[in-house]
Amino acid sequence: MEKIYRRPESLYDTSTHYCPGCGHSTVHKIIAEVVDELGIRKKVIGIAPVGCAVVAYNYWNFDCSEAAHGRALAVATAIKRVRPNNIVFTYQGDGDLAAIGTNETIHAANRGENLTVIFINNAIYGMTGGQMAPTTLLNQKTATTPLGRDAKFQGYPLKISEMLAVLPAVKYIERVSLQSVPETIKAKKAIKQAFINQVDGVGFSLVEVLSPCPTYWGMNPVDSLKWIKDVMAKEFPLGRIK
Amino acid sequence: MKNKILMSGNEAIAEGAIKAGCRFYAGYPITPQNELIAYMSSRMPEVKGVFIQAESELAAINMVYGASAAGVRAMTSSSSPGVSLKQEGISYIAGAELPAVIVNVMRGGPGLGNIAPAQSDYFQATRGGGHGDYRSIVIAPSAVQEAFDLMFLGFGLADKYRNPVIVLTDGMLGQMMEPIKVASCKFQVSSKKPWALTGCAGRKPNIVKSFFLAEGALEIANLKLQEKYKTIQEKEQRFEGLFLDDANIILVAYGSMARVAKGAVGALRRNGKKVGLIRPITLWPFPSKVFKSICQRNKKSKVLVIEMSYGQMIEDVLLSVNGKLPVEFIGKSGGGIPSEEDIINKIKLL
Repeated sequence: MEKIYRRPESLYDTSTHYCPGCGHSTVHKIIAEVVDELGIRKKVIGIAPVGCAVVAYNYWNFDCSEAAHGRALAVATAIKRVRPNNIVFTYQGDGDLAAIGTNETIHAANRGENLTVIFINNAIYGMTGGQMAPTTLLNQKTATTPLGRDAKFQGYPLKISEMLAVLPAVKYIERVSLQSVPETIKAKKAIKQAFINQVDGVGFSLVEVLSPCPTYWGMNPVDSLKWIKDVMAKEFPLGRIK
Repeated sequence: MKNKILMSGNEAIAEGAIKAGCRFYAGYPITPQNELIAYMSSRMPEVKGVFIQAESELAAINMVYGASAAGVRAMTSSSSPGVSLKQEGISYIAGAELPAVIVNVMRGGPGLGNIAPAQSDYFQATRGGGHGDYRSIVIAPSAVQEAFDLMFLGFGLADKYRNPVIVLTDGMLGQMMEPIKVASCKFQVSSKKPWALTGCAGRKPNIVKSFFLAEGALEIANLKLQEKYKTIQEKEQRFEGLFLDDANIILVAYGSMARVAKGAVGALRRNGKKVGLIRPITLWPFPSKVFKSICQRNKKSKVLVIEMSYGQMIEDVLLSVNGKLPVEFIGKSGGGIPSEEDIINKIKLL
């Protein structure tokens, strides 16, 4: 019998440490599939973030580096500049990319580094126990916004993708979601495009993924997906931004 | 003076780095090291290297982390407040066991301080500076020629031990111009880096990391680091000694300060005073062995430590002498530099 679906070579045959219903496992698998489909496994260098996905290299079967919190795009910039023939991507959460690392994010994008950025937006800090993220929604309760995020004190959810889109050196930005199977298929398509762009030398490409965090949202996995669709995607509209 | 060219200390460090094989530089402007970043911006493209003016010191040191992880000799430079910002990255470089060279052209502190030369970052450089149990190798040139020459040692030791190397100098040496001989020299270290991130063709994937979550794993990694540091302490102590055979007063000074101290030694020797000098070239590992031999041989001597700080290196001297000889101190900082007269007057009181 012909095998038509199998574990990608770029993904180790192991179980993950992620919570039930977490989006990281899905996006890890998508990246592994895309790397295999493009035949770039032996050229890829991934940069794992600080946060829940810090040990992403335990699941990916290709070269990886860690980076300090927020500094992934500085590390990636240097690797790509000294090894332009490698395919370099960063995998970063909302705290990493849009809070502590905002500076590195904006400037790597503005330099037009030929990199692929996977930006996991779950509107909360997962690994440290569910504190407010820059992307936390108004009225969303977190460990550090016990009464809900209030614009008067904590500002508004930061729309980093829209902000980056105004920079002339940024070539591709798309916001996708894991809220359903059709949307997840679209997410894979966007992530693949972001890698193809780098292979083709197009320039800075970023895919923002709305991803569930059932544990710190205090919801079951099914309700989490519904919340992305009904609430989160209203604040962060899906689709091609640039 | 044939075949010599006039260069500032900052430029000599940059050219020395390039001759030593540095092919990646990222930095951020700060006085008094700006000649270094400017020099790199013009020279790096000429040698097909990469130059990036980073958006911050944090980005610069993390770019160095990335370039080094990818197997390229990499350097950054800054001055005191900027190096404080780089400490996060230096700790990660030490933890991930990556080779890198970090130049600190010291100025006055704390805080924004001023742009006058100082040596008040000694503790920060030699004790780690960032978080965690780690050490950087610290080398301190005292002349423009030596600043050039020591870059070969710096990159060589960084590769040999996969460890950050700090070149600790100051605004005086950075700005000072002297004629130097620019030569190529090779520090014999294997250029093979099987651990580097190059893409996993023909081998298992490499991971560059400093995160050890499993119980006991970090302890094992840290014990391995400590073994490395012991080897460095044993093998890499370097110093210059002057008149140590008969000296009964031994001056201890490094970098720019040692130039003033040498002047004082010359003046005092002409007057028949038996004065000698120990000039540490490596500040970590501190050249403690020479102090131990002094304690055994020059039993009646006195030690005078001179620093452009209010007393930092003196702690290493005290540890090395271990109570066996009296240790005195002269220090100024924040723009003040102890003069030859200060040293001579102090010696009259000993």
